[in-house]
Amino acid sequence: MRGVKVDVLVIGGGAAGMGAAAAAAREGAKTILIERNERLGGVLEQCIHPGFGLHRYREELTGPEFAARLRGELESSGAELLTEATLLDLDPAGPRVRAASPKGLLQIRPKAVVWACGARERPFGALRIPGTRPAGIYTAGLCQRLVNIHGLLPGKRAVILGSGDIGLIMARRLRLEGVEVAAVLELKPFPGGLLRNVVQCLEDFEIPLLLRHTVAEVHGKRRLSGVTVVEVDEGGKPLPRTDRFIPCDTLVLSVGLIPEVRALESFAPLDPVNRGPKVNAWLQTEVPWLFSAGNSVAVFDLVDTVAALGARAGVAAARYAQGELPPARAVPLVRGENVLHLVPSALVPGEEATVFLRVPRPFPRVKVSLGGLISRNHLGARPAEMIEVKVPPGASKELSRMPEVRVEVTPA
Amino acid sequence: MRVAVIGAGVVGALIARELCRYEGEVLLFEREADVGWGVTKANSGIVHGGFHDPPSTIRARFCVRGNAMYEGLCRELNVPFLRTGAYVLALSKEELPLLEELRAQGEENGVPGLEIHSQEEVLSREPNVNPKVLSGLWSPTVGITEPWAVALAAVENALANGLELHLSEEITGIRVEKRQVQEVKTPEGRYPVDAVVNAAGLFADHVAAMAGLSEPVLFPRRGEYVLLDKAAEGLVRSVIFPAPSGKSKGILVLPTIDGGILLGPTAEDLPPEAKEATETTPEGLSQVMEGARRLVPKLPLGQAIKTFAGLRPESPQKDFILGESPVKGFYQAAAMRSPGLTAAPAIARWLACEVMTSELSLKRKGSFSPIRKGIPRVAELPEAEWEELIRKDPRYGRIVCFCNKVTEGEIVEAIRRGARTLDGVKFRTRAGFGRCQGAFCTDRILAILARELGRAPEEISQKGAGSPLVGGRVRP
Ligand SMILES: Cc1cc2nc3c(=O)[nH]c(=O)nc-3n(C[C@H](O)[C@H](O)[C@H](O)COP(=O)(O)OP(=O)(O)OC[C@H]3O[C@@H](n4cnc5c(N)ncnc54)[C@H](O)[C@@H]3O)c2cc1C
Ligand SMILES: Cc1cc2nc3c(=O)[nH]c(=O)nc-3n(C[C@H](O)[C@H](O)[C@H](O)COP(=O)(O)OP(=O)(O)OC[C@H]3O[C@@H](n4cnc5c(N)ncnc54)[C@H](O)[C@@H]3O)c2cc1C
Repeated sequence: MRGVKVDVLVIGGGAAGMGAAAAAAREGAKTILIERNERLGGVLEQCIHPGFGLHRYREELTGPEFAARLRGELESSGAELLTEATLLDLDPAGPRVRAASPKGLLQIRPKAVVWACGARERPFGALRIPGTRPAGIYTAGLCQRLVNIHGLLPGKRAVILGSGDIGLIMARRLRLEGVEVAAVLELKPFPGGLLRNVVQCLEDFEIPLLLRHTVAEVHGKRRLSGVTVVEVDEGGKPLPRTDRFIPCDTLVLSVGLIPEVRALESFAPLDPVNRGPKVNAWLQTEVPWLFSAGNSVAVFDLVDTVAALGARAGVAAARYAQGELPPARAVPLVRGENVLHLVPSALVPGEEATVFLRVPRPFPRVKVSLGGLISRNHLGARPAEMIEVKVPPGASKELSRMPEVRVEVTPA
Repeated sequence: MRVAVIGAGVVGALIARELCRYEGEVLLFEREADVGWGVTKANSGIVHGGFHDPPSTIRARFCVRGNAMYEGLCRELNVPFLRTGAYVLALSKEELPLLEELRAQGEENGVPGLEIHSQEEVLSREPNVNPKVLSGLWSPTVGITEPWAVALAAVENALANGLELHLSEEITGIRVEKRQVQEVKTPEGRYPVDAVVNAAGLFADHVAAMAGLSEPVLFPRRGEYVLLDKAAEGLVRSVIFPAPSGKSKGILVLPTIDGGILLGPTAEDLPPEAKEATETTPEGLSQVMEGARRLVPKLPLGQAIKTFAGLRPESPQKDFILGESPVKGFYQAAAMRSPGLTAAPAIARWLACEVMTSELSLKRKGSFSPIRKGIPRVAELPEAEWEELIRKDPRYGRIVCFCNKVTEGEIVEAIRRGARTLDGVKFRTRAGFGRCQGAFCTDRILAILARELGRAPEEISQKGAGSPLVGGRVRP
């Protein structure tokens, strides 16, 4: 396929990309979606646990069930779906996109692009943990695919480093399959994943969660034989004489997801905390033809949110391609006290929006305020759960008078 | 003439290939499951200029000659090689005379093109190095390569020219009679031979002892590294050395052939028995970062994707031990510390001739072909050629490693050429070598290996016996 012209090209067929492609096609835009895997669904395909769709479908679905519903909605939308098609490069002049597939190389010239490539896992090497480099060290997502997609178990006795959601879910999954889970270690004084997952995945199975602990050294020449575990202080520094050896043949890392932005990072401004592109309330990046949604913008915890944002990005991209999206006079959102992840990076006066944010540590009760615009109280703010603040069109109108909006979280 | 080469590192591999130029039988024994998994797997990958080595040493002679051979060798073997050039930086007044000494030493060794550059010139070529730099010794002939790729390609080429390769087969004994080598032994069998080449890397002392020799005496010197992702590409364009101090060339910052940045190595002497101590240490890794920061103050350490360590086979005489030993037919290519990778092609050419001229009826094979075609690397091909490959085999359009854009076609070809393990695929194709370090592709490569080899996934390992990737199956 050479020089195909389309209105909207969606890159990535997870929840965000499927939502975007369906919405763009329904807006009447000629839409193509490319996805590198054989199936659409993204990370949902490997999440066989329930807990998806309570907002969107008012039902508790598994990941693959949620994906199947979205696929159904997408297939009836008229978007063209190309699987096993991997993006090679995204040339901002044009824009021009190259992809590879078993059918050949593709060249696509879209008017608008929705970037929905999800997130990648931080690798073991990035942690710079001393010791040997044996077999038996897996990132949680890889471990999840081995178990849930391939039906293979990584080993007999596992230690899990990091208490992100995938780590917690994998602790339970491995345990249910007869793999002994010696411990889940977390550097911080609080768990990284949702409280629901700490209870349902660890406490219900009596798997120890060691807060303020980390792996100090890896042992084993060919296959992992164990890890040295230490307690750490507030700053993450190992405390003397707290080290002990835990024998295990498997180390699973759940130490963070990072938005996938490789093809954009040279030309689209990124948010330094989210690590994805800066987007406004339309999910438009600072490069006008480029939109982005889902985990490639910031790591989200609810797929319902991701699919909804994807749809929003799809609509905006379609309008842009059709020449109906006016240039945004965006009002930046700036981080104040206690705000870590923050999406979007800017609001558009008169447009409704939802602001998503994460706090850096747990608080029993907080006040969340958006400049003078909105302020509301929130119970039980935890880093793992995004706080949502709706900005209704009425409030959004007032924005036109404001140079910026300061987002702040204060303990109440 | 029947020759056994012991050890399929870069040295043994190139020697085996050179031996295949002559009439005779060449056997290559390697105890690991694949080629190049010893010292060859974990080093700086620099094709040194030859100015670091004292003039009277064997090292200096073979380093300069080996350097000159690399371009041609890598062209024949179709492996990547890049003459990046190198700087040795003087960061203080005290270091200025050291550059002059190095230049003089290099010139005596016959290293071409050495120049001392001013601060402005250094900073204009390498804007990210320490702005306090006073001057730099520029060596244009220094290059970089992928050491294991050289070894793998040399073995492939030797196989095409008649080599008999014995992987996962350790030499456990050597029979010597009347001070003449008779046969080598492995758990698999006995092989009568006329000559043996000891290229066993860190274990060359053990192999020599099997023939009753007390040389070489070896101890490992550990070097730890931190590798930065391709996102750091361009941080430096040439190899950046500090001014020399003491026993090693110091901690460097250099580009890798596929666009990453390598920091290291440390130099830590270990006891002779610590031949497998390739673990990294907290002290070592912090030394690496400290040393590298001296050369390039703004290091993007957030882009670190891997740490590793290699062991140099050091000897008290600090020099290579080459040539026929007091035992007739027993040849050494031992104590191959740095610059062993650089020197290897020159050593191989010379040693093969030494071994073969011991036979009166020395004859070159008419049929020897030095050319090896590499596995196609689609990401580096012109579009039309890639398109053509996909037309012939659609698997060349299915990308498996997203970071390095490696296709199923390349992985299947790597398996056809001998990869049996995850690391075997990785070292041949770079799949799993990128930013995500296999988080996306390990399960896919595992499935392809199992399918192509007709084995169960449980039988597939990361690096041979004792390193299985999976430990069982989910209940049906
Ligand atoms: C273990 C786990 C448990 C979770 N549990 C829950 C839960 O219980 N409830 C809930 O609501 N949410 C849950 N979530 C969150 C939710 O599932 C995710 O946030 C959401 O699915 C992310 O969707 P996405 O489309 O942004 O990314 P992804 O699903 O990662 O999709 C990105 C897609 O882009 C494709 N892609 C990437 N690069 C390229 C390229 N170069 N070319 C072509 N295609 C490319 C990928 O193959 C992938 O299909 C969970 C997430 C995880 C990881
Ligand atoms: C940290 C570090 C940095 C370096 N940097 C550079 C550099 O930048 N430039 C440079 O030129 N050089 C460098 N070197 C040196 C270079 O890496 C070595 O000289 C070279 O790789 C040695 O290759 P080899 O084939 O002799 O050893 P190896 O690669 O170790 O090969 C020996 C092989 O013999 C096998 N073996 C051992 N015993 C037996 C047995 N009994 N039977 C069968 N097989 C056996 C081993 O498994 C091994 O595969 C560096 C070395 C280190 C450690």
